[in-house]
Amino acid sequence: MRVVRGLIGLLGELLITAGAFLLLFVGWQLIWTDVVADADADQVISTMQTQFADPTSEWVQPKKVKLGDAYAIVRIPRFGAKFAKPLYEGTTRDVLMRGIGHYPKTQQVGEVGNFAMAGHRTTYGKPFNQIDKLKDGDVVLVETKKTYYVYRVTDHEIVLPTKVSVLLPVPNQPGAKAKQATLTMTSCHPEFSARERFVVHAELEATYDHDQGVPADVLKVAG
Amino acid sequence: MSFYGLIWRLLPGPKSVKALLAVLLFAGVVAVLFNWVFPAIAPLMPFNETTVGE
Repeated sequence: MRVVRGLIGLLGELLITAGAFLLLFVGWQLIWTDVVADADADQVISTMQTQFADPTSEWVQPKKVKLGDAYAIVRIPRFGAKFAKPLYEGTTRDVLMRGIGHYPKTQQVGEVGNFAMAGHRTTYGKPFNQIDKLKDGDVVLVETKKTYYVYRVTDHEIVLPTKVSVLLPVPNQPGAKAKQATLTMTSCHPEFSARERFVVHAELEATYDHDQGVPADVLKVAG
Repeated sequence: MSFYGLIWRLLPGPKSVKALLAVLLFAGVVAVLFNWVFPAIAPLMPFNETTVGE
């Protein structure tokens, strides 16, 4: 009897340990990865802002980026006036743990064709957490060392993860020749799931010199 | 037979010291999990995908 009771006690301890392990993992994934990624992103943003403001700085230009380089700041007024996330080259796991990533095979920011980027919907700083709140006409601002690019949201779609045609130079139109500079953002959908992708398309409306800045009314959030 | 009981008995000193050591031990385990174990298993989780394609 004593042996059986002892074994049951051990099993209980094992189950409690497993439960605590799972709870800790959930806490780490949902809270801690955000804490770490946000601190890192704020640091990178502040470095870039200093470099962008410094005329002697040779901060990496969009045309010359290598995988893992941070080269722009993405601002989306709909997500809040303070929303600013670093944009990196590449969509590898390591890159997306730190911010928004540019699909290397798509066009670069401002170019005619499709400039596509991916960001986490949940965890790791969740830059695109509110991607489903974007409305047509909302501004996505991309700031590089030399230029501000103002994109306006035109539409969105919810697709299967295999639908790579959203990244085509003219989204979803294989073989079409691009005349317009567009932006495509992808994130997972629904939240906490990898079943589908939430995709937002936008069009380049205007560019502004970095020294000149962006007119305040451009960044106003409508409705 | 008790795993945690065994640890408790192995910790030296009076109760207050044992309790302090137990807390430190727990903190150490959490640190190892947060810095090495969880980052290693996170890629295996299904909810971290955001890209289309491969």
